[in-house]
Amino acid sequence: MSRVGPLIAGAAALCVAVSAGAAPDALRGEQLYARCQACHALAVDRVGPHHCGLFGRLAGSVPEFSYSPAMKNSKIVWNDKTLDRFLAQPLKMVPGSTMTYDGVQDAKERADLIAYLKHVNDTPECAKAPEKKAWAKKP
Amino acid sequence: MSFFLTSSPFIARRLFLGRSGFMLSGAAVALLAGKEALAAGAGAADPRDVQILNTALGAELEAIAAYQLGAESKLLQKPVLDLAVTFQGHHKEHADVLAKTIEKLGGKAVVAKATYNFPVEADVLRFAAKLEQGAVSAYLGAVPLFGNRDLAKAAASILGDEAMHWAVLRQALGEVPVPSAFMA
Repeated sequence: MSRVGPLIAGAAALCVAVSAGAAPDALRGEQLYARCQACHALAVDRVGPHHCGLFGRLAGSVPEFSYSPAMKNSKIVWNDKTLDRFLAQPLKMVPGSTMTYDGVQDAKERADLIAYLKHVNDTPECAKAPEKKAWAKKP
Repeated sequence: MSFFLTSSPFIARRLFLGRSGFMLSGAAVALLAGKEALAAGAGAADPRDVQILNTALGAELEAIAAYQLGAESKLLQKPVLDLAVTFQGHHKEHADVLAKTIEKLGGKAVVAKATYNFPVEADVLRFAAKLEQGAVSAYLGAVPLFGNRDLAKAAASILGDEAMHWAVLRQALGEVPVPSAFMA
């Protein structure tokens, strides 16, 4: 029995190391995205703006969506880094945002969510998003 | 058509509806919280608390519209249709209490949009389940942000109701009703 303790501790340490260094998992991100679906959808605006076409978009710039002045004036451009910061603590990064959510504390979960949002942007689900429709209308 | 896995959907519905008295206590808590905040002094309300309540109100109003769409879609039949109407009623109670609390705190409550743009989903029930799961997460993410602990308690009360909706809808979909010990 005395050998079991160190073995378990070693295995646990290994798991933590693997987990910490694991690549972002878009599939896991899709599961995590369920947390966002009281307010957000991929292709349509709801309580929050749609997420298709998010990367490279200026915060507060979805046409006809009613943003808080704080978000509208934030001058944030959404990319991996800014999204990671915002998801960690939305109201710390943008005080006055209407996204009154405590945030996703786990860095791996944030990375998985971001991986999913990137991945889904290139799928048919996002083809119906307003940005993609605009693209489709261009000659 | 019955989505229920219980031996008798009718019994399941009766059991569920029979427990609706629990939902009213949540509404009472929220109203009391609003009064208590007012009693602390006019203008003392934290603007962030008002914003949290307004964001929640926006989501509740959308959920009401979603259930209305589901009920009118003809895609739901008894007893699931009855559940959808009951859940919509809960969301109406939440919205009413949130709006009143916002007003009592000196804020301006958001109103329902003229139209809602829901994702196209053939499975109305699955969409409703997603909404309810998201609502649990949204309230969970809001609870720690409240400056007023009574409002946090009221939000947690609504969270409990949303969690029950989610579990019942999962059951109706033939899924494990409570898939994990913790929510996030």
